[in-house]
Amino acid sequence: MMNSALVDLPAPSNITHFWNFGSLLGVCLMTQIITGIFLAMHYSSSIDLAFDCISHLMRDVQGGWLMRVIHANGASLFFLAFFIHIGRGLYFKSYVLNMTWISGVTIFLMSMMTAFLGYVLPWGQMSFWGATVITNLLSAVPYIGTPLVEWVWGGFSVNNATLTRFFSLHYLLPFVISLLVIVHLTFLHEQKSSNPLGLRLGSDKITFHPYFSLKDLTSLLLIMFMFMMINYTFPFSLMDAENFIPANPMVTPVHIQPEWYFLFAYAILRAIPNKLGGVMALLLSILMLIPLILQSSMKQFNKENQKNMFFWFFVMIFLILTWLGMKPVEEPFLSMSIVSTFFYFSWFFI
Amino acid sequence: MQGAESSSFASPSTSRYTCLSPAYLHDVRRGMARVLSRLYSGGASYSGSRRAHSFAFGRFAELSAYKKMLYGTLGAAAVAGGCLLYALETSEVEASGIDLHAPHFHWPHSGVIDAFDHNSLRRGYQVYKQVCAACHSLKYIAYRNLVGVTHTEEEAKAEAAAIQVQDGPDENGKMFMRPGKLADYFPKPYPNDAAARAANNGALPPDLSYITLARHGNEHYIFSLLTGYTEAPAGIELRDGQAYNPYFPGGALSMAQQLYDEGVEYEDGTKATVSQMAKDVSEFLSWAAMPEHDSRKRMVIKAVLYFALIYPVVYYAYKFKWSLLKSRKSQYVLLPRPRNRFNPPTSTPSSSAPPSH
Repeated sequence: MMNSALVDLPAPSNITHFWNFGSLLGVCLMTQIITGIFLAMHYSSSIDLAFDCISHLMRDVQGGWLMRVIHANGASLFFLAFFIHIGRGLYFKSYVLNMTWISGVTIFLMSMMTAFLGYVLPWGQMSFWGATVITNLLSAVPYIGTPLVEWVWGGFSVNNATLTRFFSLHYLLPFVISLLVIVHLTFLHEQKSSNPLGLRLGSDKITFHPYFSLKDLTSLLLIMFMFMMINYTFPFSLMDAENFIPANPMVTPVHIQPEWYFLFAYAILRAIPNKLGGVMALLLSILMLIPLILQSSMKQFNKENQKNMFFWFFVMIFLILTWLGMKPVEEPFLSMSIVSTFFYFSWFFI
Repeated sequence: MQGAESSSFASPSTSRYTCLSPAYLHDVRRGMARVLSRLYSGGASYSGSRRAHSFAFGRFAELSAYKKMLYGTLGAAAVAGGCLLYALETSEVEASGIDLHAPHFHWPHSGVIDAFDHNSLRRGYQVYKQVCAACHSLKYIAYRNLVGVTHTEEEAKAEAAAIQVQDGPDENGKMFMRPGKLADYFPKPYPNDAAARAANNGALPPDLSYITLARHGNEHYIFSLLTGYTEAPAGIELRDGQAYNPYFPGGALSMAQQLYDEGVEYEDGTKATVSQMAKDVSEFLSWAAMPEHDSRKRMVIKAVLYFALIYPVVYYAYKFKWSLLKSRKSQYVLLPRPRNRFNPPTSTPSSSAPPSH
């Protein structure tokens, strides 16, 4: 089975380096799991100890700082690779591989959930207030909202029980994601890879090894080198300053914002003045990827120049939303969020 | 090989192809139509993608006047939007605040492979000990952390021994005081947060272990704050014990200016100006927040060396393996339909068997 999946697997000869991000995601997942296991050896999910554990890990454990920065920044690399992987799928219409696409979207959602749970674990100010804001979104569910939030919290606020269960789930979910990755690959190998020309020709396939194993390794090495350079030179540049302050339920940060990879969804959430509407828009910002499989079967690129142009417009809107997510809720950012949200969802209907 | 087979296929004089039946030729024609239709669809999509690329990269002159105007307007709007975003991002003042952003300075450790200035760290420790430690704790730093960074082991032991640490219980169950050891952490100026607030007009002096990472602007902010005290502008009222500092959010800071010229006497004879002391203590606090900093920077060099060794080999192997594929020339060969029980001949074949392929 390994031979048919990794060695003799027939793959289109014309797929570019943009198709390497799938394997990069696999490497990222394994890196996160391995570093996470090491981090868990030195972590205690108690609200009195969690922040001190991270400090101990960074200062006193041999190589602990390296494990921690790889794990923390690895999440950013993971989502960067996700966005490029999904963006490539959107541009080249890989969603026609419907089961592969749906399993991929499921992995994306699970990864977002896992990343959110992990962000709470250092128990800094942004961990605590991020957990408070995001879990409170469940209160928008009609009728059962408040009990649902309290059930998730394990109490009447984000507290020790919340941290304990978040740690437990953060440890568990990556293994579920790993299983989903196997499902994703199984569907991919059954439905075959897409290719830049959008052709469905069964011809001109080459074996995965050595052609794509070497191609993947080339880009993997380059990206990992850049990743390690960031870890060695600016490891804290993607971390919020507030999260270096221990969680304090009595002091609310001026700006509460999630990690950069959730900012686009966060901007969409804030753009809708109604709480339930905002939560729905937040969910739909990801779930809108699923109905794409209903689009007509693999089209060629004839007369689709405008559609390609709209894709890059969508990318621009995504980047603007990410930027808006880290801005305070005031003009002109609020109006820009509303307009950008409108354009974001419009793209799915074009 | 395919090419050779194709050319031999075109030479019916060979004994192998002397028995081509009409049915076989009919199948060949159908196969040719099949291949041509595939080639056509592939070629059409390829030319489509070429059109898309030519749209992206140029041929603007070939567009109609209407499209030129449309794309020109879109381009101008995109540029204007980009400029607006840049202006908003780099604006010094936000609608939600009147605070000044700390300017960026060049620090001894700013470069990709630059380490901390350890003389500065030692001076910064002196400033912290003589000025800051009166109110601010550094609870994640132990005296052992100073060894090899700012002090020798003997010096660090002497520094530790200068404090008294509560230990115990002893054999009688009593707590007792003893001189500090290398393993002891820096002493806290107040027994608890309430005592700290009571001594500082209700304000809690923050722990400084992570202060450079816990503030936007990092050490730039710390330096700007320490050197940025000024008179409060008209319209801003300060409460008792507060000072005005435009770099502090809101401006009203419960910590008065602490650094003055010659406020400390440096062991190495460096002149203790306000900016010198601010720079040294900011550097020291950066180290306190990132004690692994110098190890990280050393690993940059190792990573670059390893990458420089490994990557060319992998890249060469990749290019070597792909060179055959990249330089190949495709030729479509018309292959006859295989003759088997699933594809029976449409008419009676001739006496000899159909040609193999």
